[in-house]
Amino acid sequence: MKFWDKNKRLICNLCFILLLFAVLVIIQYTAPSTSMWFSVIRKVCTFSLAAVAMNLLNGFTGLFSLGQAGFMLLGAYAYSIFTISSDMRTTVFRNYGDSVVTFCLPMVLALIIAGLVAAFFAFLIGLPVLRLKSDYLAIATLGFAEIVRGIVQLTQFGPVTNGPDPINNFTSPKNILVYAAIAGICISIIILLINSTYGRALKAIRDDEIAAEAMGINLAKHKQISFVISSFFCGIAGAMFAMCNSAVSAVSFTSAMTYQILLVVVIGGIGSISGSIIAAFIYYASSEWWLKFLDLETVTKTGTKIPLLGPGFRMVVFSVLIMIVVLFFRKGIMGTKEISVYDGIIKIKNLLCGKKEGAK
Amino acid sequence: MDNNVLHIENITMQFGGVVAVDNLTMDVNKGEIVALIGPNGAGKTTAFNAITGVYEPTNGAIYFNGNKVIENFPKGKMRKLYSGENNGLYKSSIVKTPDKLTKLGMARTFQNIRLFKSMTVFENVLTAKHIRRTSNLFTATFRFNFKEEARMRKETLELLKLVGLEDVKDELATSLPYGKQRKLEIARALATNPTLLLLDEPAAGMNPQETEELAEFISDIRKKFDITILLIEHHMNLVMDISDRIYVIEFGKLIANGLPSEIQSNQKVIDAYLGVVEEDE
Repeated sequence: MKFWDKNKRLICNLCFILLLFAVLVIIQYTAPSTSMWFSVIRKVCTFSLAAVAMNLLNGFTGLFSLGQAGFMLLGAYAYSIFTISSDMRTTVFRNYGDSVVTFCLPMVLALIIAGLVAAFFAFLIGLPVLRLKSDYLAIATLGFAEIVRGIVQLTQFGPVTNGPDPINNFTSPKNILVYAAIAGICISIIILLINSTYGRALKAIRDDEIAAEAMGINLAKHKQISFVISSFFCGIAGAMFAMCNSAVSAVSFTSAMTYQILLVVVIGGIGSISGSIIAAFIYYASSEWWLKFLDLETVTKTGTKIPLLGPGFRMVVFSVLIMIVVLFFRKGIMGTKEISVYDGIIKIKNLLCGKKEGAK
Repeated sequence: MDNNVLHIENITMQFGGVVAVDNLTMDVNKGEIVALIGPNGAGKTTAFNAITGVYEPTNGAIYFNGNKVIENFPKGKMRKLYSGENNGLYKSSIVKTPDKLTKLGMARTFQNIRLFKSMTVFENVLTAKHIRRTSNLFTATFRFNFKEEARMRKETLELLKLVGLEDVKDELATSLPYGKQRKLEIARALATNPTLLLLDEPAAGMNPQETEELAEFISDIRKKFDITILLIEHHMNLVMDISDRIYVIEFGKLIANGLPSEIQSNQKVIDAYLGVVEEDE
């Protein structure tokens, strides 16, 4: 019983995650292949990983970085270049003869390489940039993302990046369970990190840099750790994004993508992992699916056209919704809290039995 | 000297043309409680920040446990501007950031309490244990260090028991009353296993009763943790009660040092605190 008392929250949460996974299995094997669930869940997995990685940096270390799109781009390119099928390689790289990478790696290995490439560049960029604070850091990393986007499109790098032309025909599984597994494993690692002694040090830096340094936490080193690890997982998220779209093109990794991720982090709660995941689901499900009807011109049975509905109206409604969320949930949906299924069950039980909250 | 913990040698701290600390030399021996006092703006906190690595001193050296940890001489623009003494005595430049000094065994608290706001009392102290880890990023993330983690938690709990904060360990640090926040800050500093504890105005903003409790608390932790303490303070009662020796500075210059009884009757000190009536000719 002691074991149960100590770990009840963890066990309940794990059961909940298993349940979610079971739901995904059911969707994968029963839903019709045209269902919106597939594309939405693929996107949600991709961007919840990106948002959690950004949260590690922005929410848990207090470093305001906007370089996510850049690191995702690096990851996406690294992944696609290493997994492009050998018979299609010369066709894809027709403008440059052939790719310099003349082999095809298995998916998992390529994913790790995607992360490592992003992490390597994060390490180099981090050395000078992490001396900056708040807004300045944001601008510097944003600049980096834009530079990367420009550089990979140069024809001089053609044999590696295929210049401005998109890369396609690489390994891109469509099974949503693959996406859920990758995102799940990566997010678990981030959660483990955040709850370790290093995670506490990062939170200390967020709360008070001067006190953290006086307590013996090496600021430069720990900021670098956070930045590199966050970028590593951004790289993997970028690779997942490439898988989603089955094609990689630098033009899709604009700063607007970073803002989307930032929006997800803010809506979910800066400093909450479960918040980021919930927000990613709400954001992408509503923008890609639930609000899609707003873009269609609809005519009612009586023959009158419903006013306002038409291309572009979806984004208007969506923006208003986001404003409402930000106004009424000042700290995001979850604040800095995490979901605890056990506490939720107890609360519901108390509510049903008529006990007052707070009574022990 | 074997039992010398901190030796500050000719430290001068100059900002532009302002000499905030002027040729300060101090010694703190093992097991002592030494106080650094002076009127407002005398340069106490500046001296403190130079010792703990927040500032680089303009000139001078600091020895900790017999090893030279900080040394500097006027460089660059300061070479021309420098108006302090002992120019040219120091030739090398050794700079250490605060975290390195903490690792060597110096721990400090802050004048305006700086706790980790989002953390509980327990986590605040536990975070300070990070410095004495042996695990690396990988072993810590994947919990291969579970033994060390358990030890850290046990030590934290013991420390909280010793300082009497055990009953509030799961409360948010910032929700504590002021006196307990001070205690927590001291406990957090103690968690880094220091040999020298530096307290920056620990009694600031406290009422007489809280101050008295604090005095007891400070003498208590010296005994329990076998530690050396250097403190800056304004409350004369506290200083006279607990310190073994006192250094007095005014306008950055050392004007007196000695036992509390000597300081109390020192004319220069009285003048510095109360002001001198200059007689017109």
